Amino acid sequence: MIVGMAPEIVVQQAINGLVLGATYGLIAVGYTMVYGIIGMINFAHGEIYMVSAYLTAIFIATFQFFGLAYLPALLAAVLAATVLITALYGWFVERIAYRPLRQSTRLAPLITAIGVSLILQSYVRLSQGARSQGIPSLLQGSFTLNIGPHGGMIHITHVQFFIIVIAFLSMALLTFLMLKTPMGRACRATEQDLVMASLLGIPTDRAISTVFVIGAAMAAVAGVLVSLNYGSFDFHIGFITGIKAFTAAVLGGIGSLPGAMLGGLILGLAESFFSGFVNSDYKDVFAFSLLVLVLIFRPSGLLGQPQVAKV
Amino acid sequence: MRRLLLQPLLTATLILIATTPISGLVLQGYSFSFHWQSPLFLAAAAFVLHLGLILGRIWSRNQFRPVAALRLQKGAWATGPEWRRAMSLLLPAIGLALPFFLDKYGLTVAILALIYVLLALGLNIVVGLAGLLDMGFVAFYAVGAYGYALGHHYLGLGFWTALPMAALLAAGCGLLLGFPVLRMHGDYLAIVTLGFGEIIRLILNNWMDFTGGPNGVQVDFPTFMGLEFSRRAKEGGVPIHEFLGIAYSSNIRNIFIYLVLFLVVLLVLALVTRLKYMPLGRTWEALREDEIACRSLGINHVVVKLSAFAMGAMIGGVGGVFFAASQGFVNPTSFTFFESALVLAIVVLGGLGSIPGVVIAAIVLTILPELLRDFSGYRILVFGLAMVAMMIWRPQGLIRPQRRIFLTGRH
Repeated sequence: MIVGMAPEIVVQQAINGLVLGATYGLIAVGYTMVYGIIGMINFAHGEIYMVSAYLTAIFIATFQFFGLAYLPALLAAVLAATVLITALYGWFVERIAYRPLRQSTRLAPLITAIGVSLILQSYVRLSQGARSQGIPSLLQGSFTLNIGPHGGMIHITHVQFFIIVIAFLSMALLTFLMLKTPMGRACRATEQDLVMASLLGIPTDRAISTVFVIGAAMAAVAGVLVSLNYGSFDFHIGFITGIKAFTAAVLGGIGSLPGAMLGGLILGLAESFFSGFVNSDYKDVFAFSLLVLVLIFRPSGLLGQPQVAKV
Repeated sequence: MRRLLLQPLLTATLILIATTPISGLVLQGYSFSFHWQSPLFLAAAAFVLHLGLILGRIWSRNQFRPVAALRLQKGAWATGPEWRRAMSLLLPAIGLALPFFLDKYGLTVAILALIYVLLALGLNIVVGLAGLLDMGFVAFYAVGAYGYALGHHYLGLGFWTALPMAALLAAGCGLLLGFPVLRMHGDYLAIVTLGFGEIIRLILNNWMDFTGGPNGVQVDFPTFMGLEFSRRAKEGGVPIHEFLGIAYSSNIRNIFIYLVLFLVVLLVLALVTRLKYMPLGRTWEALREDEIACRSLGINHVVVKLSAFAMGAMIGGVGGVFFAASQGFVNPTSFTFFESALVLAIVVLGGLGSIPGVVIAAIVLTILPELLRDFSGYRILVFGLAMVAMMIWRPQGLIRPQRRIFLTGRH
């Protein structure tokens, strides 16, 4: 299919796919880290992302109301405020849905997490109304490049460029936090062996909380970026985006940080090409089918280690 | 005293910070309006709740209850056969007499409640007994409903043909889904089933030529031995009120659907109750408790898991047929993830694996929202809160699973 297409269309779809994939990757980080540390899926993660999209719009409106007009300062302030408040929501999710059930069966935290995601969804709907909301387009304009023998044009909008840069920076920051700081070391130790880490004096409960908070913060970055790109959202978006980001995490190998980013990019590219060249109505079906296929044929993903059940 | 108040105050502050943007600053287009009361109210509620939790913990620690400590806290209750026999005669009699005392609206609600009983019984096999967290159960419900609707539309199937065929179709879908997910458990399974449920809904929504897309499909109303329930029969048919010589009422059709549905529910109840005590049911529960131990003991987990999926899906499919028959119309909006979450909430609140608990929860959770129509916006919120609270404080459900005792001789 791709053979025979004009090269600029292929490149354009690839760029759109990379931008989409970068946001999937950011959200997938939350799934993969939580899975790595407690071996469970954070079902409320998609709703956390949804909350962050609302927070973005609210903070843009608030800061503009108080006269913050200089664009870089506005973007930085919105990003910081959204990340902070969303991180707080992430902490609440862990505190309510996961910590009281640490000793319980595997099914119980899953059900509480579904409960929390229902709570978050209806809380936002009751507070902000059911209609879809939007934000003003802050970053306008695009870079135009000529490629190919016929001089075909491709567009990279400023928002897309911004997304790639911020996504890269936040992943770099996250990698630094996890690899070089005492906090990251505590998280990694807890991830490797929770009991041993707690015997050695690592506050494992706090490490688990940290992971939820970091995951929510990354989802908030994605929420800001996606809202800036698309401009509109409603209280339903968490569900579909959550499953897709989870697909990305599984694709890359759940539990692996680089895997989450790689999986996000691959999923973004695949979805972009599928909706561009095959059928855009079925792009969600395509993503879900991909998830099911990966889980069946390669459940450990591209970069993950296969899990062995121990008695 | 200071420590007692400090934690709730901290919670209240955090809640205040978290809820101020969402509840306090409500978006109006690109602008916003400020509501200072709601975050304060939420913070106060969080304060009271946390204080209550701490006080409750202190109170229960200071209580000395030797009797309570001896009583079976978790696990199962045992009941004798006499009580069971009395209930199993009385309740069906009430259920059969009920539709003749209800108005049109009451009948609709009663039919809906029974459909949810079916769905919950089906999901209870998969989640409650076999411990396989299925979050896409609505897919089988949709397969049943669309199986009937499309079967009627393209093949001219009637209700009575569609009922077993849609049930078999749904069971087939259950097997189809069950096969690839055999190796998964817990979270992975939940996500795959959720994806499966969404795939079915998206296909129903997008395949315009076959399913009618968002416009849905008309369903023919059921007939009984060739008698129709409309005021005037189609060519060659006889309407039932003429046959019986009674006045026409639009309720007759719903009463008929209710009665058939009620009998099906009784049948499924009998089936499920028996299955629970048969080797298959025991294996389901054993597999839920420890899969590795089961497989080491030589239990064929493939057969056991697939039978649970197929059985649950079949019951869900039957529920779907009745849904289509009672609505007269199906479209994809009836089969969203919320439906799956609702049925899951019913099973959880009723107590995973407890059949009477699940039946009662299904009835209560269908009728209660109807009574509280004014607060319908808060329905999902309350479900979410209830799911969290149940898992934390009463994970075995409101009604504990009962184990039958088998008595040899008189006691």
